[in-house]
Amino acid sequence: MAEHIIELKGVTKYFGEDLIIDNMSFFVNKGEFITFLGPSGCGKTTTLRMIAGFDLPTSGQILLHGEDISSLPPNKRPINTVFQRYALFPHLNVYENIAFGLKCKRVINTYRNANGEEYTKRERLTKKEIAAKVKKALEIVDLEGFEKRSIATLSGGQQQRVAIARAIVNEPEILLLDEPLGALDLKMRKEMQIELKKMHDRLGITFIYVTHDQEEALTMSDTIVVMSDGVVQQIGTPTKIYNEPANTFVADFIGESNIFSGTVVGKHKVRFCGKTFECVDDFEQNELADVVVRPEDVKMCPPEEGMLKGEVISVVFKGIHYEITVQVGKYEVIVQSTESRSVGETIGLSVAPDGIHLMKPKYTTNVFDGVITKHNTVRFGDGEWECDVTQLYPESHLDEDEYLITKEGEKIDLTDTEVRVEVGLNDITISDEEDAGGVMGHIISIIYKGDHYRLIVRTEENEEDFVFATEDLWNEEDYVSVIIPKEKILLSLKPKAKEDEA
Amino acid sequence: MKAPGFSRKTLCIPYAVFLIFFVVIPMCVILFYAFTDSEMHFSFSNFLRFFSDPTKLSTIVYSIVISLITTVICLVIAYPVALILARSKLKKKFIILMLFVLPMWINFVLRINAIREFFNLLSQADALSWLETANIFKTVVGMVYDFLPFMILPLYTTMLKIDDSLYEASADLGANSFTTFFRITLPLSMPGIMSGVTMVFLPSMTNYVVSDMLGNAKVTIIGKFISDYFGNDWHMGSMIALVLLIVVFVSTWLTGGFHSEENVRGANL
Repeated sequence: MAEHIIELKGVTKYFGEDLIIDNMSFFVNKGEFITFLGPSGCGKTTTLRMIAGFDLPTSGQILLHGEDISSLPPNKRPINTVFQRYALFPHLNVYENIAFGLKCKRVINTYRNANGEEYTKRERLTKKEIAAKVKKALEIVDLEGFEKRSIATLSGGQQQRVAIARAIVNEPEILLLDEPLGALDLKMRKEMQIELKKMHDRLGITFIYVTHDQEEALTMSDTIVVMSDGVVQQIGTPTKIYNEPANTFVADFIGESNIFSGTVVGKHKVRFCGKTFECVDDFEQNELADVVVRPEDVKMCPPEEGMLKGEVISVVFKGIHYEITVQVGKYEVIVQSTESRSVGETIGLSVAPDGIHLMKPKYTTNVFDGVITKHNTVRFGDGEWECDVTQLYPESHLDEDEYLITKEGEKIDLTDTEVRVEVGLNDITISDEEDAGGVMGHIISIIYKGDHYRLIVRTEENEEDFVFATEDLWNEEDYVSVIIPKEKILLSLKPKAKEDEA
Repeated sequence: MKAPGFSRKTLCIPYAVFLIFFVVIPMCVILFYAFTDSEMHFSFSNFLRFFSDPTKLSTIVYSIVISLITTVICLVIAYPVALILARSKLKKKFIILMLFVLPMWINFVLRINAIREFFNLLSQADALSWLETANIFKTVVGMVYDFLPFMILPLYTTMLKIDDSLYEASADLGANSFTTFFRITLPLSMPGIMSGVTMVFLPSMTNYVVSDMLGNAKVTIIGKFISDYFGNDWHMGSMIALVLLIVVFVSTWLTGGFHSEENVRGANL
């Protein structure tokens, strides 16, 4: 087993009231190229800064070779950093910048006196030693002959190289890189990625790299730590993280994904997009699951042969492949293929069992896509339901004409607003009486869960599933109406389409 | 033919007129008086008289020494203040800065009067009676009080521009706070030091109001000298003014005040 060069144990960091890092624990193997990956504000830079010593953890330990260094100042740590915007000293030239760390360094030399006794002295490096080390560092970053140049005369890429040279010249045990390629153009970035990787192989130093660019992380790293909201979401090799994402956040953040809410309806059987698919993952029956399908795992076929049938609504050429968006019922499915299709064409889609990844959903509730109708009711799951629309805007209320008035007094007509509807497992009841609830459906599955039954009711029109718990015994194939109390229908505004954010 | 019209150059006319009447012509007058005798004939007699008179020369040296002391004290007080303010994460640090700058907004003569009364009050006490005759001490205190904001401001603005990541980089590379100060903070704040020094040193050589009011008219600095001569001998007065001009020019040149942009950037607000 490889040696853990650095280990975080229950590290928590607050900035004032804000929780930035929440009880984070992981280790880094010696000699590894590890990448902290996550969206901005996920805490990856803060984690790096705590390892460097610029920020101190509020609680928890940072261990270097098993020793607690949490409160050691940065200049006492055998760790060097390549800063996001390089942080080169503007008043020093290239040589002086790189030599800065060496001039601060003291080495312990052993001498022998006239009597043959050994004694040690803490000494500075000699000018000659420094010059030799700087020269070697400049060779590594391919900047021979730049010693006398002033920093201001260097291009972004050259400054980047000087920043790297300035860090590695000190022969740190760990090199920290904080989004070092962020300011470079695409071509330069690709080149530097390969060079950094080579440098890592050649120097044998542990690299800790921070980036928000998933492609960069996949290209360079031995290990990726995916972070979000100050919490580690998954740690693993690039292949593992890509192929077996631990949750929908990772699946969504790494590469393109189709994410559906599904229901496990049988052994190795999952239902989403209104169809039942074979899958590899084994989940408990009648559980809700998030289903992740990579766009390249969706295969196109003639309409009659596919599991799903839909209409092509957009085709984008991406260089190596086409990205085809297919409207299947009310779902959009993204497909990556080297073949093109024309917009408007009806095609079939199929997914092999090993292309379907099931994940435990973050919230075990029924989630539907809904639309607010004219009378402030919400339409979802093939039915129309009474609901409290004022929960969409805090402190709002309805006026006599049934318009929503926000806290600020703004009048909003909610008709046709798309919302996300959540209904808890314990908030649904069913009844024999027709029209007692919002929609009718057949009970398709009953599973005894020890003290209660887990039921699935499926509607006829669009085959929507309602999953819920009940203590009463029902029979399969019973035709029942689904009742959800008004206050149990949780509404939230849908975030704008993802593409808009990016 | 270009139609005559309103151009940007037209806007320069008021300033050009001002420049001609209040800078160029007075300079010519000074030059003229400096090199003429009382019969208005060209002569070097003022020049010779000035440099052969030990009192005049010693006054110049005296002025320079007082200004130097003032400048050094200002720098020693202002540098830590500016550094702490610039590096603090306080949201309200502008208010603290304002407190240091506020005296600048109160009438200068009023302030000096106040400080004189304050000294008078102090010297009533037996232990502090020496203050009565400590003219140089009081002059220097008055000048430091007067010019401190001019030192703080350029230092502060220069230090604000030093990126925090440079301090972090320095620590990261193994430098302790002592090394960081001498190898990063000090060199990078040099432009601020230069403009601060220029803004304190030069005015304190000529500001004879302070020395008059606080020094019981016993401290004669070069500005006082010029003013006295202009009462009866414009020729000598002009000559001293010219010598001062040259001293100022040389010291500005020595402190690098003529490198445009970079080094005068502290002089805003």
